[in-house]
Amino acid sequence: MRFRAFAGAGLITAVLGCTDGNGGDAAASAGAAANRTRVADTTAIASGSGAEWTQVAGDDANTRYSPLDEINTANAAQLTLAWSFSTGVNRGQEAAPLVIDGTMYVVTPYPNILYALDLTQPGAPTRWTYRPEPLAAAQGVACCDVVNRGPAYADGRIFYNTLDAHTVAVDAATGREIWRTRLGDINRGETMTMAPLVVKGKVLVGVSGGEFGVRGWLTALDAASGAIAWRAYHTGPDADVLIGDRFKPFYAMDQGTDLGVTSWPPDMWRTGGGGVWGFISYDPDLDLIYYGTANPGPWNPDLRPGDNKWTAGIFARDPDDGAAVWFYQTSPHDLYDHDGINESILVDLPWQGRDRKLLLHPGRNGYMYVIDRATGEVLAADAFGFVNSARGVDLRTGRLIPEPSKAPVTGRVVRMICPAAPGMKDWQPAAWSPRLRLLFVPHQNLCMDHEALEANYISGTPYLGADAKYYGGPGGWRGRFGAWDPVAREWAWTIEENFPVWSGALVTAGDVAFYGTMEGWFKAVDAASGRELWRFKTGSGIIGQPVTYRGPDGKQYVAILSGVGGWSGAIVSADLDPRDSTAGAGFASAMRDLPQHTTKGGTLYVFALP
Amino acid sequence: MTALLAASAACERETRRFHDEAQPPAAGGVRLTALEPGPATSSRALRHPYEDNAWAVSEGKRLYSQFNCAGCHAHGGGGMGPPLMDALWRYGAEPENVFASIAGGRPNGMPAFGTKVGATQIWQLAAYVRSMSGLVPKDVAPGRTDHMQVKAGEQAAPEAVPRNAAPEPPAP
Repeated sequence: MRFRAFAGAGLITAVLGCTDGNGGDAAASAGAAANRTRVADTTAIASGSGAEWTQVAGDDANTRYSPLDEINTANAAQLTLAWSFSTGVNRGQEAAPLVIDGTMYVVTPYPNILYALDLTQPGAPTRWTYRPEPLAAAQGVACCDVVNRGPAYADGRIFYNTLDAHTVAVDAATGREIWRTRLGDINRGETMTMAPLVVKGKVLVGVSGGEFGVRGWLTALDAASGAIAWRAYHTGPDADVLIGDRFKPFYAMDQGTDLGVTSWPPDMWRTGGGGVWGFISYDPDLDLIYYGTANPGPWNPDLRPGDNKWTAGIFARDPDDGAAVWFYQTSPHDLYDHDGINESILVDLPWQGRDRKLLLHPGRNGYMYVIDRATGEVLAADAFGFVNSARGVDLRTGRLIPEPSKAPVTGRVVRMICPAAPGMKDWQPAAWSPRLRLLFVPHQNLCMDHEALEANYISGTPYLGADAKYYGGPGGWRGRFGAWDPVAREWAWTIEENFPVWSGALVTAGDVAFYGTMEGWFKAVDAASGRELWRFKTGSGIIGQPVTYRGPDGKQYVAILSGVGGWSGAIVSADLDPRDSTAGAGFASAMRDLPQHTTKGGTLYVFALP
Repeated sequence: MTALLAASAACERETRRFHDEAQPPAAGGVRLTALEPGPATSSRALRHPYEDNAWAVSEGKRLYSQFNCAGCHAHGGGGMGPPLMDALWRYGAEPENVFASIAGGRPNGMPAFGTKVGATQIWQLAAYVRSMSGLVPKDVAPGRTDHMQVKAGEQAAPEAVPRNAAPEPPAP
């Protein structure tokens, strides 16, 4: 009986979705009405009906925008806790829950337990639990807490990565393991923490381990069998990087043969880093995926003269065969662990009088990139906070212009480098409102003292060659949540926070933006003005990704995992000792007062209007 | 036929040994807990050969960086691995415990360095690790670092009496 009622509600929301004017979701909604199977490659670049939340970023464009508007600026103040769920794991909770067919899927940090929660029942009891039992030793080679950034869904299956570098496919209905593919080796420092993206029957996954001298890659697995379809390395010969005839980088600095070998000292590309641990986006019209590559290894740049291709940049690839189409290096010869892994959000906007397909990339190096996603041309790159490590981006050559006085030199202490190694913005994903044409960017304001040191490569151990200590940047605040106007190239508004805003962002058609703080506050703000509408104190600091969905009862819900950790919160989740300023690769120093504000946790909170 | 084969295979019985020699209690090995059945015994299996030797401790400090210990444990404050300068010890604070942790690894991420590193160097490392929490004499602990000052020198480290791992004397 309950199920029949739910099926009816699903139909209604599907119909509503069609009238929302979000083109392209007809196929998905028809599928939803029939057997709720979502076909990945028919998803339009805009959001669907919003009833479900079928991928961590909400849609292939990575907008984290929901067309739901039941919760809006007029009533958000009345939000109240609907139910909660303890994950039983008290390390950093960076994942986004997924909602598909009346079930919520929650993946925990190591040991990467997957829970299916029944949203059709009061209090959302557990339908099933899947335990992949990853190798315990993998915890020792995970650079920045033992996090997992969430699962992916397609055709009745949940896909996700385990810390010990496996990808698993689990039957969404039963929790039965369908396949499990080993992709890496913890004895080489390879772990996996990112959320996969499923495109056209392929599960796209990447490796973490830039702090261990891994040779980074992105791999496509056949969603049906788990077999590896293709793998693109981010260092080494063109053939390994899947660079061929179609590769047309916009700037001369990224053009040439075998740059993944020649832009390194002999053989250092073999341990050169360039993993993938952020989010992947997909444009079905251009049929291209977009993702960023991580930092080169070791951290000490003196040890690896050259541009260190293809680390710290953005790739556009064909999802079918992995062929590279363009690349843009945000930080050639990265000096500060300024990865390129931050998400690329695909938006279509009029730009200087003409409609363009754009990619917005809030860079770790402190620059907000607006890039033509067909060609890789940088149209704008503006500092979105205090940067003194670079003088800007040369739009003629595309090249970041480093500030020489801040460049690391082996054995020399360089002080007040801004932004610090975690960058102006790290993994925490931004959200885009197509209604307001604003990008909601959680980020931080940290600087660092840095000494480059010798590095020894010993596989399975860290490959850094640097000591660093971070501290709050100018202004007396360490984090900020703001709405960036990419056309005006400035902030529409900002909210300063005491600690780095390490949670993701969410924005809805009700013009409400959501984010969490490391103290544990979950906040709703007016997306147009930044005015705070509501806040709720959760049990632990928030570093997760907020999501929203329409429940089987027809109401809009907002969900967030609370549980401090990650790189910024490891001082609490891993009990680091800040009397050593280099604890947590230097981050604990900047967070020494966090233990007075929050404790460990791992709880899902779900809110709704009364 | 199959049943016959199976039956004949089942006739092979293992030998029971009725007259094993009595063995003394297996007191050796590295203890990880103060808890034991029956009356408390004192069982220090190994003595640390270097904890009164400043050169050995400073060698340990050099090796601590060169073997990438600092990459995980930082300069004692921890990171991927737990802090080493505080009073909490998951696997024991005694020199032989620290030696065993480095040599044999630990299940939640500590690699087994004993497969590649010699015992002398591991003892030096163990001495340095203990110096971070003030568990070696002040006059042998390193006083300063040659690099960026990131914490007080080991010589100045307050003695962090192990809170969760030390063998306790019998309660009154």
